[in-house]
Amino acid sequence: MRHFLFLIFLLYIPVCLHAQSDTSFFFSRVKQDSSKLKLNMDAVYDRPFLQMGKMPVALGGYLEANSSYFSSDGVSDGLSFQIPRLTVFMSATIRQRIKFMTEIEFEEGGKEVNIEFAALDIELHPLLNLRGGVIMNPIGSFNQNHDGPKWEFVDRPISSTTIIPSTWSNVGFGLFGKIARKNWVWAYEAYLSNGFNDQIIDNTENRTWFPAVKLNTDRFEESFNGTPLKTAKMAIRHRKIAELGVSWMNGVYNKFQNDGIRLDHKRYLNFLALDVNTTLRSKTIINGEWVWAWVDIPSTYSQQFGNRQQGGFIDIVQPIIKGRILGWSESVINVAGRGEYADYNIGSFAENNARIADHIYGASLALSFRPAPQTVIRANYRYQWQTDFLGNPATRTGGIQLGFSTYF
Amino acid sequence: MKQWLLFWTVVLGCLSIYSCDSMLPGARPEDQVLDGPVNGLSPENQKRFLLGDAAFNNDVFTASKGLGPIFVSTSCGSCHAGDGKGTPFSTLTRFGQKDQTGNKYLHLGGPQLQNRAIPGYLPEKIPSGATFSKFTPPANTGLGFLELVSDQEILSMADPLDSNGDGVSGVPSYGTLPAFITAATNAVEKDGKYIHRFGKKAAAYNLLHQTVNAYSQDIGISSVFSPKDIYHGQDIDPEISSQTIYDVVFYLQTLKAPTPRNTGNAQVQQGKQTFIDIGCEGCHRQTLKTGNSPIASLSNQTFHPYTDLLLHDVGPELDDGYTEGSATSAEWRTPPLWGLGLSPRSQGGKYFLMHDGRATSVRAAILMHGGEGQRSRDRFENLTSSDQNKLIQFLESL
Repeated sequence: MRHFLFLIFLLYIPVCLHAQSDTSFFFSRVKQDSSKLKLNMDAVYDRPFLQMGKMPVALGGYLEANSSYFSSDGVSDGLSFQIPRLTVFMSATIRQRIKFMTEIEFEEGGKEVNIEFAALDIELHPLLNLRGGVIMNPIGSFNQNHDGPKWEFVDRPISSTTIIPSTWSNVGFGLFGKIARKNWVWAYEAYLSNGFNDQIIDNTENRTWFPAVKLNTDRFEESFNGTPLKTAKMAIRHRKIAELGVSWMNGVYNKFQNDGIRLDHKRYLNFLALDVNTTLRSKTIINGEWVWAWVDIPSTYSQQFGNRQQGGFIDIVQPIIKGRILGWSESVINVAGRGEYADYNIGSFAENNARIADHIYGASLALSFRPAPQTVIRANYRYQWQTDFLGNPATRTGGIQLGFSTYF
Repeated sequence: MKQWLLFWTVVLGCLSIYSCDSMLPGARPEDQVLDGPVNGLSPENQKRFLLGDAAFNNDVFTASKGLGPIFVSTSCGSCHAGDGKGTPFSTLTRFGQKDQTGNKYLHLGGPQLQNRAIPGYLPEKIPSGATFSKFTPPANTGLGFLELVSDQEILSMADPLDSNGDGVSGVPSYGTLPAFITAATNAVEKDGKYIHRFGKKAAAYNLLHQTVNAYSQDIGISSVFSPKDIYHGQDIDPEISSQTIYDVVFYLQTLKAPTPRNTGNAQVQQGKQTFIDIGCEGCHRQTLKTGNSPIASLSNQTFHPYTDLLLHDVGPELDDGYTEGSATSAEWRTPPLWGLGLSPRSQGGKYFLMHDGRATSVRAAILMHGGEGQRSRDRFENLTSSDQNKLIQFLESL
């Protein structure tokens, strides 16, 4: 096994040395305006698109591929290779201040194909834009800003994918706006969309599991219970300090009536998320997110399905070498660390008031090489401790991941 | 300079990967875990063990998979984490039977209380006037060995009239076999009833009986063996395949016996001698033998479960006024003590001992023994503190 990993790492070196070639003869890369104050909400358009001539359509996408070797308490399934996702996006300026953008994702080699984003934006005023279609609910920062090439870690943050079910998108409509004054920028987003269903407490994870909602592909066709999911976010950024985002999501997850017959009362869920990111003078990038979730679960249901969850992550990325490396003029080598936590069941047992566990701690170290801003080659070492809901000794999982992610 | 840094970064990265095995979590010591198969299973039996393992520990029942609608737990593994004992959370309640004349509350949901329900349904409540008892799930470990103890060996340990005068008078639990159970070869029959051995009151004949009941009563899953829906009492289509049930039974039959720890420790050895000297072994028999089995590692084996599989009256303190089968309400089947020291590893770091988890330490459990256990309990209390601790150390080494 060790020899395999050694070989793979060596194989990545020539790959990274030769991966970059000029873009196609027909396409030119759309220049990103780096002078603007960008927020997480801008991530959807803040991508390296390719444009053909003066056509109003731009194309882009990214690919992630990696190998991993994990072991849990001494038991390993061996070495695996994955392409977690191939994403294609396309944008078009239909008219001045009318834009369309779509993001289509092929997960795990095509096992799942999702329209993650497909929305029309109409700008009436910088503070009043209309957006409709398949929107990404702006809860936390990762859901909005999740493209693989932007991250030094192979795995997505645990809390952002298992409490917030990133990538979390729905059919909906709403408003957004942004205003900048000197070093400050302030923005908001507010949407109504289809939302959750009762699979969040009726799933084989044996816990309240928000990602189970994504099994319900009907949510792109009709609301499960006719009650819209409300999502709102406000973010503020100071050019020299940080971006701070506060977001909230509220909805009903159960089918409280059917054919006009009342079955139950409306059972609500609420999410509150805080996110922050900043770049220090030392060029150290700090990025974090914390989320709390509350769910109204019938008291007669199993306590394994918690009514409160929380979790978050913090990434610290330190560029250690910047400049020309092996002929690439904008190369960067980073070291990075991530700490993360998710508690899926905050509370205590009704039987003896003992604390319910069901939580996970994780720590990751990363070494990444970016021959160009759009491409990252990364090596991660990850270790996590997962405790069952009874609080028994944690299952320890450790692993090494090697891979790349690149826009194209 | 930067190129050299890159070079060394890659070299160091490669070296760290080369040593990756030492960077990954190792296996827990064999004697610290209860799960895992008995030694010597053939490849096909190991495959079957894994199928049963997956069904037992990974199959989570949802409403669409037949859960409930009223239930105690959503999976087997929820009650037996790591194949160990349960906790107050998974402790179930049985009600409605005061004596050997049978359960008078079957029409009101007896014998088991389904205290949880899927959304839209109400769980059961204990009917007014019904006596009840709480049962903490036992460990699954080594059950295949216990199943293979012959009826003759169990009867050889019984002493209903206490003819040896040691104050211990164990009796076997006789019960009627359900239609789907075939009596074992050489099974001892008495008035159409057979010796049962599993469960707190020894009301289950074998592991198939126990497993079918657990799927039905704990999870609300019907099967061809037990087709009745526990909510409305009507026969419904099976919600689990017979093959899966047989795989789970095979898994339970082939789970290894717990490995004792610190057996060479002098204090543990002294504690073991004290355990024998004060008469604990009168019920908690150290050594039993299995009969014939097609699985070589289970066949004709001597093993050390610390049980006699008999019913004993352990006094009024543990008499909840509820019983099953032929046991009286004060009688309980001797629980095996093997794996006792590993209980906190499945009970959230604590002890929940005795039939309902009321004892939160080994000492407390000893001091709750009455009836046939009173004599040993008194002797324990008369030991020096040091000897008591050695005895407890021994029990925790099991």
